[in-house]
Amino acid sequence: MVRKPLVSIVSAGLSKFGRLEGMYGREIFAEAAKEAYERCPNLDPAKDIEALFIGHMGESYEHQGHTGPTLTDWAGLLPKPSMRLESACASSGVALRTGIFAILSGMHDIVMVGGVEKMTHRTTPEVTEFLAMASDFPFEQWHGITFPGLYALMATAHMHKYGTTEEQLAMVAVKNHHNGALNPKAHMQKEITLEKAVSSRVIAWPLKLYDCSLITDGASCLILTRPDIAKKFTDTPVHIIGSGQASDAIGLYEREELTTLKAGRLAGQEAYKMAGVKPKDLDIAEVHDCFTIAEIIAYEDLGLCKPGKGGSLVKEGATKLDGEIPVNTSGGLKSKGHPVGATGTAQAYETYLQLTGQAERRQVKGAETALTHNVGGSGATATVHIYRRG
Amino acid sequence: MSETLPFTIESFYKFVSERKLMAAKCSKCGTLLLPPKPMCTKCLSTDFKWVKLKGKGKLLSYTVIHISPVQFQSMTPYTVGIVELEDGPHLPGMIRGVEPEKIRVGMGLKVDFDKSIPSEWPLWPRYFFRPP
Repeated sequence: MVRKPLVSIVSAGLSKFGRLEGMYGREIFAEAAKEAYERCPNLDPAKDIEALFIGHMGESYEHQGHTGPTLTDWAGLLPKPSMRLESACASSGVALRTGIFAILSGMHDIVMVGGVEKMTHRTTPEVTEFLAMASDFPFEQWHGITFPGLYALMATAHMHKYGTTEEQLAMVAVKNHHNGALNPKAHMQKEITLEKAVSSRVIAWPLKLYDCSLITDGASCLILTRPDIAKKFTDTPVHIIGSGQASDAIGLYEREELTTLKAGRLAGQEAYKMAGVKPKDLDIAEVHDCFTIAEIIAYEDLGLCKPGKGGSLVKEGATKLDGEIPVNTSGGLKSKGHPVGATGTAQAYETYLQLTGQAERRQVKGAETALTHNVGGSGATATVHIYRRG
Repeated sequence: MSETLPFTIESFYKFVSERKLMAAKCSKCGTLLLPPKPMCTKCLSTDFKWVKLKGKGKLLSYTVIHISPVQFQSMTPYTVGIVELEDGPHLPGMIRGVEPEKIRVGMGLKVDFDKSIPSEWPLWPRYFFRPP
């Protein structure tokens, strides 16, 4: 059954991801905006774009809050209204969903959604502390639990319950580095071996360096329109046909289960139902692999395999670029990088490229239906979106 | 007298300073809230009483942290876990007094309490877990 699209993506932009020395977050966002404008010559940004919805996690990195109007200015869009959405690493997934609300409400016809984070000028202990602010302060941060630590707690529980192995975790990293090596905008464009991943230094056992996503600078954006006017701006729009979001307790310890993210499951179920799509209908997915265990749990939460079978799924190669359901063709957060506020719409950017046949060396032939899965914190926020080629 | 404290996180740590692990029990539906919350997350009642927990439980999961935030750097590597208390609630915290390689999911642990109280906000002493 063909569902009516919620909104259409008529253009998208992504800055280079990596260590962008000498650049401030707003300047990186301008780079993403410029690409989106250049891809869509039929659109007059200052005239046509009516509002901005921006994902940005932390003031601490650049000692800068109030990023909505700042990015609006640097994107050349003053005096258009703007809104900054903070939902940890799901900030721009939530910004995307808010942009959909803005169009569906009838208030706006054309909006920009996006996100940014500038992180690499800070030391690793500083970034560790800033990221930990998205976890529970009184019971997690206060007792020295870090973000890698929270996902390590999930990994230990998953290994204990299902027999998932450290090698299976590392296979996620090897796969995503392979894809990232084909992505000219990825932070770390190099292949890694299983041996290298398994023997890398411990960050939070059982998670090692290559189980963790990268501390990265970057920005991303999309231009969304009402579906009925999309063809005015492009011959190849991508429609968003499903959107889901859910919340859970901020503290991992308060969850019923440590081996699944309930918010991710619920967001997925909502998006699938809205889109009239089942997991087997997907051609590609970009999932939130902030740590390798997170990708394995995402497979299970999104119905790509049964609970407990995520380790086997990656081992069988089903999620490789030439597998049954390629996951994280961009390289994912693992290899493309994870500028936290930019990640949700960066996943949508990859989906836009894939569904319009512009993903070059990592193009999945004939991809028509896609999913993005963006998680905030240790799973207190999750958003899922489903896309179809227009 | 502290059994009359409001049902807040601040009160929870006030009890920790008295070497007590306390949770809020909903007088209407019986749900045990740890952390305490001013409103019951099951039935929305605001009628609670404090109950003292036994502080014993089994380890649900653990990790050994090698890269820490700035304020914990002098302690690395250190072990943290989530414990399922016999009374029901789950509680995270550091695990001390046992070698990381001897820690196993399912092992028994009990709560103990730090003596020192920080000099800056939040003035919360820490609890931790150790083998019984």
